[in-house]
Amino acid sequence: MEFGPYLIIALFEGALTSAVIALTAVGLSVVFGLMRVVNVAHGEFFMLGAVFTWFITWNLGLNPTVGFITALLLVPLAVGSLATLADRLILNRLDYDPERTIVATIGLLYLIQQSTLMSYGPDARPVEPPFNHRIALPWIELGESGWQIYWPWGFGITTYKLAVILAAIVLLWILLRLLARTKYGLLIRATQQDSEMALAFGIPVSRVYAIVFGIGGGLAALGAVLIVPIRQAHYLMGGEPLLLSFIVVIVGGLGSIPGTILAAILIGMSDGLISVFFSPTLAKIVATLLVVFVLIFRPNGLFGKNQQ
Amino acid sequence: MNDKNLALNIGVVGFLALLFFLVSDYHDGIIARILILAIFAMGYNLLFGYTGLLSLGHAMFFATGMYGYGLSVELWKFSAFEGLLFALVISFLFSMSIGVLTLRTKGVAFMIVTLMFSQVFYLVVLLFGEHTGGDEGFVISTHGRTLFGLNFVDPTSKYFASLFLFAVVLLGLTLFVRTRTGKCLVAIRENEERAKMLGYDVWVHKFIAIIISGVICGLAGASYTLIFGYAGAAFAEVHYSILPLLWVLLGGAGTLIGPLVGTVFAFYLIDISSGYTSAYLLIVGLVIVLLTLFAPQGLAGELKRRMAHWLQ
Repeated sequence: MEFGPYLIIALFEGALTSAVIALTAVGLSVVFGLMRVVNVAHGEFFMLGAVFTWFITWNLGLNPTVGFITALLLVPLAVGSLATLADRLILNRLDYDPERTIVATIGLLYLIQQSTLMSYGPDARPVEPPFNHRIALPWIELGESGWQIYWPWGFGITTYKLAVILAAIVLLWILLRLLARTKYGLLIRATQQDSEMALAFGIPVSRVYAIVFGIGGGLAALGAVLIVPIRQAHYLMGGEPLLLSFIVVIVGGLGSIPGTILAAILIGMSDGLISVFFSPTLAKIVATLLVVFVLIFRPNGLFGKNQQ
Repeated sequence: MNDKNLALNIGVVGFLALLFFLVSDYHDGIIARILILAIFAMGYNLLFGYTGLLSLGHAMFFATGMYGYGLSVELWKFSAFEGLLFALVISFLFSMSIGVLTLRTKGVAFMIVTLMFSQVFYLVVLLFGEHTGGDEGFVISTHGRTLFGLNFVDPTSKYFASLFLFAVVLLGLTLFVRTRTGKCLVAIRENEERAKMLGYDVWVHKFIAIIISGVICGLAGASYTLIFGYAGAAFAEVHYSILPLLWVLLGGAGTLIGPLVGTVFAFYLIDISSGYTSAYLLIVGLVIVLLTLFAPQGLAGELKRRMAHWLQ
């Protein structure tokens, strides 16, 4: 077995990263699309999602499957409510001024991160997946002694990872539907197009802002609930998804949700490929520089509409 | 055009010189460090407070000075003076290229681009870990800590060298913000479109601001390494891009004395609070949030608004 299986595994891992990053980044993207503010504390909502999931699955004495389903339902709600509270207490009072919001959310980042450090502690803790089976994939190769079949111990993928990818696709599809086809989606889109006109038509703009900020935080938490059985919960885990979401949202075009999803697939796949074949630090340098130059030479992103 | 600012700033420098003899050795050490980091904050303030460009990546300028000095002294055996000159030249060239690239963007995009350049800088430092020592960093040997016969292992030379550099930058900036260029930077901060309409070349002025800011921050990084004898990747991390922003916001953006006030305040806040909890960043976070909500002008800024309108 040479190159082929590695490539398939890399693509599979890439799809997994894409799925989680898509959920998290769409959360950042809806907030930016609506309020034109960048939420630097977004990664911390992701981290809270993971830590809360650990808390529910280990401390409530439920069996892993029930615990995980409880977490899947409750955690995004809990984190979403926290985000809404932050919006009411801080962002709303700053009138969503872009620069002051960035500074304030930096403060919020430290607040959330350090409170977690004080209560949850500095350890990384695992969460059991609700189910986990190995699917062996057959691999046929022309070896020295003719055709050889590698199965079932050649290479394989796990059902849980596959489920995460499928779940992310379904969730994103539901979200796009909600935005495009429901009354609430209409309210959000109207506010996004012209908030003053929306206010004049009786749309409770400030409530829409609070709810969308909550949805953004909830989506980050949802991504974390799905990934935490694969990676562990840790108080500093918010940094990487924040950076990746940033990259994805910028490349996809600030505020464009389909663009964000496309970019998540692009970045997730290439991240999977590059880190299998090259050094991860070099991969990060290249990815970050790529984004910087996208921003410098195409300020509206690869798929973004002209917004100014 | 008044001389109250000049008088105040000279007074502050005089007071700091006296302070050395009044407080304990422990506090002398802290104040020396604060003065060097206040230079960093003043460099940041020129861009953020005076020109209105919010950078989230100034750690890269500090680290350019730091590694420009540290590596040239350690790897190529430059003398301290040559190392210092080299660090300043490198900082100048580096901030020029960063300026050319980042000034194509505005507002939020500018913040993100500077943040990411700084991140790349940090990763490059890690990538060349065999020379830079990565996260652990490296210690400067004796020849790199001796300048004009002064050895910076001695606390008195540490303190007065820091104070000298601080005073030079503070008084230099006091004079600079009164020049035509300095006033034009404020005009750009207040209303970029209007400055453009009045015929000022906004791009060139912003470019100048980035270069001066970058060189001052590079000077701060180089002198930190010279005086305290250490260079490490921690100073290139995102954290060190956020800190000068915090100091300037605390002290008062767009005031000359603000960066010093903010740095002193933040340092002693952390010094005192880390005695109670290891999660001292919690307090930093809380202070940032409260400041943006209730005192967006900072301490010196509030003072300026309430009583001392002449404060520059």
